[in-house]
Amino acid sequence: MKIIATDRKGVVHEVEGTLGWTVMEALRDAGLPVAAECGGACACATCHVYVDEEWFGKLNPPSPEELDMLDMAVAVESNSRLSCQIRCEPALDGITVTIAPE
Amino acid sequence: MNSMAPGDLPPSRTETDVIIIGAGPIGLFAVFELGLLDLKCHLIDILDRPGGQCTELYPEKPIYDIPGVPVVTGQELTDRLMQQIRPFGAQFHFSEMANRLHRLEDGRWQLSTDAGTVLVAPVIVVAAGGGSFVPKRPPIAGIEEYEGKSVFYAVRRMEQFRGRDVLIAGGGDSALDWTLNLAPVANRLTLVHHRDGFRAAQHSVNRMRELVGEGRVNFHVANVKALHGANGQLEAVTLTGPDKKEWRQEANAFLPFFGLTIKLGPIAEFGLNLHENLIPVDTAKFESSTPGIFAIGDINGYPGKLKLILSGFHEAALMAQAAFHICRPNEKLRFQYTTSSSNLQKKLGVA
Repeated sequence: MKIIATDRKGVVHEVEGTLGWTVMEALRDAGLPVAAECGGACACATCHVYVDEEWFGKLNPPSPEELDMLDMAVAVESNSRLSCQIRCEPALDGITVTIAPE
Repeated sequence: MNSMAPGDLPPSRTETDVIIIGAGPIGLFAVFELGLLDLKCHLIDILDRPGGQCTELYPEKPIYDIPGVPVVTGQELTDRLMQQIRPFGAQFHFSEMANRLHRLEDGRWQLSTDAGTVLVAPVIVVAAGGGSFVPKRPPIAGIEEYEGKSVFYAVRRMEQFRGRDVLIAGGGDSALDWTLNLAPVANRLTLVHHRDGFRAAQHSVNRMRELVGEGRVNFHVANVKALHGANGQLEAVTLTGPDKKEWRQEANAFLPFFGLTIKLGPIAEFGLNLHENLIPVDTAKFESSTPGIFAIGDINGYPGKLKLILSGFHEAALMAQAAFHICRPNEKLRFQYTTSSSNLQKKLGVA
């Protein structure tokens, strides 16, 4: 599946996501600047992305754990998610995200 | 005999065998491996306690891939390592950042910290993980010029905020605790958070809501978008609410509490030929390109590297063998097992 990701300089990248893997892993493996300090354990908020409104509603709602971690992210918006908590699945083919500021 | 050149040796320096930068699991286990070889260690860590990422990022998360330990949390692993290295009497320098390294004329290394600690040793071990944990800086244009003058990432003296219009941002325990503590001191205290929900302890949240009810604290669901002021002195901020509504609010002190993040920090300046923020090492000794400086754990890079705690433990053991030859050039290293060596068992205090 495809992930359309805008980096912090505004450059748009098309990244291949592996079904069953997370969006964070796809972004990181593509060399995009997602720190993912905790390695996907929902423990650091350094894989914070903004999900385009068109896609935001299609995601499973965030767990209480993810909402808690988002409290530790900066510049959180109504469409903020942690990309380690978004799993690649066919229904999300084409999901469009923007990597949040550090 | 003539004294050394002025400035060469600071008055209060401490000499040891090995200086370890980073008191995470790998730095701690290095104390064990070095201790078995009678090498004494000092550890420096910017956090105020041992454990590194294990205790800062995931103290309660289970770890399942420590050999022989089916499940252990980050905090438990740290506690057990501290227990394991107790016999070796390592010295810890917590809440300090290693920030200057240079080679003395006698070939040893002198490492200084931001707190003024000066250590001298023939061997440096960088076990710094991803670098130093530092406060997250909100991405607000120009915030740097206010830092330390009217924007603070920690409260050192509450009196500093007496009578001021204080703005606090965040939803964790630090944000809530300082909201409660500074409310009676500040002229006006405003808390902003991106949602009307908090990860902080429930009793703190309840107390904050009481203070809001009594009109002693203002709370807004909002983000700080811009700072206004001059010469580092904040006068007001622009806040944006959930409906993108923007407004200006007076504030002359701003405390953002978004937890910590990892920045490589001064290690980048140690001249270790970093490659993509990793220190290249050989896999026989885990020594960097600079003799006497080793790198173990997540901070190093080599072909096939896996960032696993167990890899770091292995790296610590091999590093210790090589460090011994540098610290004790005239002694022969005898390889022994803890199961059978009464000598090692004495060091561990079990024989």
